[in-house]
Amino acid sequence: MSVPIKWLKEYIKIDWSKEELAHRLTMAGVAVDPDGDSEDDAALELDLTPNRGDCLGLINMAREVSALSGNPVLIPKVSLKENHEKVEDYITVEIEEPDLCRRYAARIVKNCRVAPSPEWMQDRLTNAGIRPINNIVDVTNYVMLESNQPLHAFDYRLLGEDHRILVRCARPEEIITTLDGVKRSLDNEMLLITDGTRGVALAGVMGGENTEINDDTTDVLLESAWFLGTNIRKTGRKLALRSDSSMRFEKGTDIEGVIYAVNRAAALIQELAGGEVVKGVFDNYPRPWKADEIILRSERVNYVLGTEISIEEIGDCLKRLGLKFTKNRGQFKVYAPSYRPDLMIEADLIEEVARLYGYDRIPSCLPDGESSPGGLETEQKYRSMVKELMSRSFFEVVNYSFVNPSVLDMIRIPESSYLRSFIKIANPLSEDQSVMRTILLPGLLDNIARNLARKNQNLAFFEMRPVFYPDDGGLAREILKLGAVVCGERETFWLQKNVAMDFFYLKGLLEDLLQQLSVNDVRFTATDHPSYHPGRTALIEAEGREIGIIGEIHPLVLENYSIRQRACAFELDMQSLFELSRKRAMNDEIVRYPAVERDIALLIPSGVNAQDLLASIRNTGGELLRQVVVFDLYSGGQVPESKKSMAFRLTWQSNQKTLTDNEVSDLMEAVLEKLKAEHQASQR
Amino acid sequence: MLNKMQDLKQKAEERIPQLLSIEEINEFRVKVLGRKGELTQMLRGLKDLAAEERAEAGRLANELKDNLEALLNRQLEEYKAREMELRLAEEKIDVTLTGMPAHRGSKHPLTRVQDEILEIFISMGFSVAEGPEIESDYYNFEALNQPKDHPARDMQDTFYINNDVLLRTQTSSVQVRTMEKMRPQLPIKIVVPGTVYRKDDDATHSPMFHQVEGLMIDKHITFANLKGTLMLFAQKIFGSDVRVRYRPSFFPFTEPSSEMDISCVMCGGSGCRVCSNTGWLEILGAGMVHPRVLQYGGYDPEEVTGFAFGMGIERISMLKYGINDLRLFFDNDIRFLRQF
Repeated sequence: MSVPIKWLKEYIKIDWSKEELAHRLTMAGVAVDPDGDSEDDAALELDLTPNRGDCLGLINMAREVSALSGNPVLIPKVSLKENHEKVEDYITVEIEEPDLCRRYAARIVKNCRVAPSPEWMQDRLTNAGIRPINNIVDVTNYVMLESNQPLHAFDYRLLGEDHRILVRCARPEEIITTLDGVKRSLDNEMLLITDGTRGVALAGVMGGENTEINDDTTDVLLESAWFLGTNIRKTGRKLALRSDSSMRFEKGTDIEGVIYAVNRAAALIQELAGGEVVKGVFDNYPRPWKADEIILRSERVNYVLGTEISIEEIGDCLKRLGLKFTKNRGQFKVYAPSYRPDLMIEADLIEEVARLYGYDRIPSCLPDGESSPGGLETEQKYRSMVKELMSRSFFEVVNYSFVNPSVLDMIRIPESSYLRSFIKIANPLSEDQSVMRTILLPGLLDNIARNLARKNQNLAFFEMRPVFYPDDGGLAREILKLGAVVCGERETFWLQKNVAMDFFYLKGLLEDLLQQLSVNDVRFTATDHPSYHPGRTALIEAEGREIGIIGEIHPLVLENYSIRQRACAFELDMQSLFELSRKRAMNDEIVRYPAVERDIALLIPSGVNAQDLLASIRNTGGELLRQVVVFDLYSGGQVPESKKSMAFRLTWQSNQKTLTDNEVSDLMEAVLEKLKAEHQASQR
Repeated sequence: MLNKMQDLKQKAEERIPQLLSIEEINEFRVKVLGRKGELTQMLRGLKDLAAEERAEAGRLANELKDNLEALLNRQLEEYKAREMELRLAEEKIDVTLTGMPAHRGSKHPLTRVQDEILEIFISMGFSVAEGPEIESDYYNFEALNQPKDHPARDMQDTFYINNDVLLRTQTSSVQVRTMEKMRPQLPIKIVVPGTVYRKDDDATHSPMFHQVEGLMIDKHITFANLKGTLMLFAQKIFGSDVRVRYRPSFFPFTEPSSEMDISCVMCGGSGCRVCSNTGWLEILGAGMVHPRVLQYGGYDPEEVTGFAFGMGIERISMLKYGINDLRLFFDNDIRFLRQF
């Protein structure tokens, strides 16, 4: 909201420039920006916190300025000329819901001439974002801006013949057409202003079309009431309807200011529309407001703030705020005014004292006492380390936790998969962000696709974030996953061209990671997964426990993402990884006897995999076999159709003695026999 | 005999400098000093000389042998040095060519800044606590003094799973969870990093973003302690010459509440586009824990006090790295990621 300083000055003398005023208000917690070029048309752009809804009224803003400057607030005097009729002869007000409507005051102004309001008033309304309508409606809005009390004007003659206002909850599906021309169906929690038979206004939110002020209106009923904010808010939410009026009721209005506002409006109508004001206000106010007593202990002020503010200074702050209080030594009994419903407990008053005293005057010091050791827990450190390791070879990405459920179609997940039991967002921004993701892969593929579309080539990404599954009886199961994807080639290098980031590239990085994390006994087993290439995918296990999957992305999935290159990915479960990471220890002593290396090249059936061959070699080689590596793989050429040639380098070493040729040859012989027997291998 | 030696000496001294390969040097060495070499033969002939001549001739012969050996060795050294020089010259490379690229990657800037923030608070004795992203309405709102239909809920538009479960809108949701776990122990001194969600999506709002929350509760924690702690934080993360100011503000779960501004990191406070010419940048919200929140957590607000603060990691990252568009964090363009 924008407050013209010139208008504000009608309620308080201001000696400061607009910048100074804006600064002081900001530093006192009413955030404003100065606006406008000259002092004359300068305005304050309010950025109010929800507790200070009172400042939506200029008089309350003036009170705020008064607390800072000490200048008195100038509340406009109301001089009403009432006739000799009695308001009770025109109207009665009944309240069925005194908790929702704690006060309802009505006044009658007769014989008005409806016309446009004067230009100055129209300008001020337009400035505040309110459309000028006519002199009656404009006055109600003008007084609202001034006092923060929303008012409503009814055409008195259009109200029912009972001359009665009944405030009650709507019947289920009761219909009212509001001023904006929309027919609205209500429920029985919504407060309705009726004329005894039908709804004439949606309380606190918007008037009804049936009793709207129009060109033929002569007699006006002015409503000034107090409605319960939470109820108004609920109604507004349900109907998706918010008005200047409902916004104010939601934040809390001044129940004691109801009469002033209706009188001020009546006087202005009289002045602008020449009306005749009927004597009296019909004020239905079943339980009059009584100020809460809040105890404020000066030692508590200083205890919480860490200050040494004197009792006198505290009293002075309260006075400047216009708060009534009594004082007994260091203890204040404070009566919060009705226009400050945000002041409820001692802490609220401590804040008031602090902001008037000045936050910048409060000292700044670290807490006393011995400092406790802080730090990360083991698992937090672990995650941080995994990120560190991953970030050597992959760029970390951050994808939204919510996705379009159709991403699972993109990666060919079958209908029956557990991955499709999504946690759904009840009020998503769009279908694309409507369910919580259950797998990282779609996000990573999307990252690849988007980068390729921008001609960014050669991509390696990782993400460590949770996925979400429903949890019976709990909130959700949040499972931390580590996903990675590669696509393209390693960075161009003049000496070594076109090194693809393929399955074995990714697997190498993964194996390195697992080794760094001391995850032992890792096995890769060929497996099937609808998102991955059926011949190029492995289940990853450690110590017999499944920890994830690695593979080349299925060509059909790549097609779905318009990725025209191969891509490979893995996805690991962080919890399993953490639990399987063993303490690092030195297992192998440094042996001073020389090692002996022997190579063998084998012809083996093409279906036999390396992991099984290596296992057989290790099992047969015994403890003298220190290391086995595959150093060559070959098929085609002289190798028969159904076979492949695989070459191994075996390293033998004893910690007792130098091994002789004969000893090693015997061992090699045993290994070879085993491979022949178990895998139909033959030596080349 | 002496003449023969003289001849050999002269011949050798002429010949040795002309020996230009290792083979030639060795060949000459064998020819003169080898078992059947000229000088060796001469030394063997010494025994035929008369006794008085023998001593003198022997001395000269040995002297000659030493000389020739030294000359040959020197020739060999020179040869080796020459060879090395040639080899090194041949092996010259263009050292300005790029090296072999190592694997290349990086942590996301949000991870970097989050780690940096946490590290600062850890150094002040804070521990790191965490909580669920899918959270109950109770911990996210109610226990933080925001009952249903409280107008303050307008500050954060919320994604709901159902009536009671939501995507947390603030890491403050971990406050009461931690208090419940810790009570009645003191002090509570935690920072809470995490992902939060709000129903907002435009140039300056992302529906998912990240926060770090802080909470310290003990006997007699004051607003002055809040100022001292956050001042130290601001200086550590933005540099020791940064200035801070505190403005009163409102959060339902703190009272008094404050907003902390720092002097603009771009212009130093003289006013620029980034700080909308105010010279100040808002970076975090803070305040003294609301008595009702302490009660929700099971602590007596008359016995203990505390402060809490919360900041957006995106905001701090943008200021630290000079990033001008929030959306870049979630766009995952490698040209962006590569810069960190």
